Amino acid sequence: MSAVLTVDNLRTHFFTKAGVVKAVDDVSFSIERGKILGLVGESGSGKSMTGYSIMGLIDAPGRIVEGRIVLNGQDITSLPMDQWRKLRGNRVAMIFQDPMMTLNPVLRIDTQMIEAVLAHHDISKAAARDRCRAALVQVGIPSPDERLASYPHQFSGGMRQRVAIAIALLNKPDVIIADEPTTALDVTIQGQILFEMQKLCRESGTALIWITHDLSVVAGLADEVAVMYAGKIVENGHVSAVLDKPLHPYTKGLLESVPSRNVKGTPLKQIPGMTPSLLSIGNGCAFRERCGYRSGECEVAPPISHPYPDRGVRCVHPQA
Amino acid sequence: MLAYTIRRLFQSGFVLVVMSLLVFAGVYAIGNPIELLVNPQADEVEKLRATVALGLDKPLYEQYIVFLKGAVTGDLGKSFVFGTPALTLILSKLPATLELAFCALFIAVCLGIPLGLYAGLKPDGVIGRSIMAGSIVGFSLPTFWVGLVLIMFFSVHLGWLPSNGRGETVSVLGLQVSFLTWDGLTHLFMPAFNLALLKLSLLIRLTRAGTREALLQDYVKFARAKGLPAGRVIGVHVLKNIMIPIVTVIGLEFGGLIAFSIITETIFAWPGSGKLLIDSINQLDRPVIVSYLMVIVFVFIVINFVVDMVYSVLDPRVRLGGGAGGGH
Repeated sequence: MSAVLTVDNLRTHFFTKAGVVKAVDDVSFSIERGKILGLVGESGSGKSMTGYSIMGLIDAPGRIVEGRIVLNGQDITSLPMDQWRKLRGNRVAMIFQDPMMTLNPVLRIDTQMIEAVLAHHDISKAAARDRCRAALVQVGIPSPDERLASYPHQFSGGMRQRVAIAIALLNKPDVIIADEPTTALDVTIQGQILFEMQKLCRESGTALIWITHDLSVVAGLADEVAVMYAGKIVENGHVSAVLDKPLHPYTKGLLESVPSRNVKGTPLKQIPGMTPSLLSIGNGCAFRERCGYRSGECEVAPPISHPYPDRGVRCVHPQA
Repeated sequence: MLAYTIRRLFQSGFVLVVMSLLVFAGVYAIGNPIELLVNPQADEVEKLRATVALGLDKPLYEQYIVFLKGAVTGDLGKSFVFGTPALTLILSKLPATLELAFCALFIAVCLGIPLGLYAGLKPDGVIGRSIMAGSIVGFSLPTFWVGLVLIMFFSVHLGWLPSNGRGETVSVLGLQVSFLTWDGLTHLFMPAFNLALLKLSLLIRLTRAGTREALLQDYVKFARAKGLPAGRVIGVHVLKNIMIPIVTVIGLEFGGLIAFSIITETIFAWPGSGKLLIDSINQLDRPVIVSYLMVIVFVFIVINFVVDMVYSVLDPRVRLGGGAGGGH
């Protein structure tokens, strides 16, 4: 099967007064229809910015300076803003982290859903409404007619996130980018939503990019995983291969910081140091200051290497 | 909601009573109106006769009780100067003031919100910065000075606009209005703009601040992620949210426009209730002063009530809160 979305050497930089912030720096991945890619990283690693870049939602002072985003064989990077708008919410949709903030508090749910349909389809309001009702049923919201006439504050957090998911599903997009959509929810609700998203993607053939900092979520949900650090993908591959046998010291450190993987009573391992400021990385591997395997070679930015088929790692000392 | 409304009405009634008491005592303290009303050459007998006729011989509290008794039946007393009922006198002048205030509000809203929105969307552009600089000027200049400069420029220097009066009026539903005739409009423009300037600046700043804040919200990003055209994102998602504080301020400021139109009316010789108030204060015409303030308080109460209603239309969360007793 061919890839529905391919991102090639994407660089999104922010031109601030303090200097150029390379939020996304040479990111490449591709995803097939019906597959789930977990994009993992700490706060500020550039995973959300990768998502916004694909959506064409990068605002000044940022812009995509290099690379290609190919959706269904069409290079969308150089599209004029108006045509990119027509793809947004239509072929590629996005769900955000905080369901309390993503729905407009002063507009009814039906207003917010119907406008998303009408922005892309020339159909009657009644037909759009039917579609919205069906989408609400699809994400498991009971009595959809009543719910359509409600305001966001009449919903719980989990329900609001379901509505946001329903909105993302409305136009049957090829790709959905989910930016930590379960981080703000209860664990039980998180489980339900993960399960349903997985099911919906498998059924509809929608590709899903799941942005998260939670490796346990990725383990249960994703097919492929890409680990980001300081704007770069440092390791990628099939989820079980990466989680069982991490090659990059950073991935290894992340896995060791997950409490459940340690024997009770032993101190939790941590990655020493902090994420570097994106302004002061300089040349060389961004992780070198925190890395136990550091050597002179790390002063030069490591290229991506493929020690195994379908695995990529950006390190000169890949662990085995 | 009903309980809330009833409580609100009681509060309003209380405010009216306290207001009348303060004004009554205040005007009494300033001086005896008889000295101004009666011919200085008149003898003591004449003065006494006038004092008794106006009821000023009684102690203050008795005068106040007489006033209250009348007020309950809608009679706020007769003007000492004109001898006509004070309320009728004010109501005959009020349409002119209301027209001026509404026009000023219209100018402030129609210019202020779009300009503020633009400045909020393009805060670093030359035009955006110019709008903000202009609003600071509008904020800082005193009303009377701007009024005089407007007259100097448009009436004296250019000779385009008349400097005083209402001009030609037409009768609509029994009220005389200026804005439907060309002559009336030319008379109306300068005083209305003068009165609007301060509110215009305020609305620009308020709208800009609201827009900048709303643009950072996730719901705006989500609306854009849905692929909505920019016009809908700004015109519906942003604007409806920032309208909540704007409507509140418009309501409060409208009361202010009526109350403070006094200065503008005096400069442009606009025959409204503000001018009547100034004349009445000069002549210590207590019934008119008291009635005027009662009318203004009443207007404020009505406006606040309307604002609350509009508020609940704009913000669905208020509707539920009101039902539970209202946190106001």
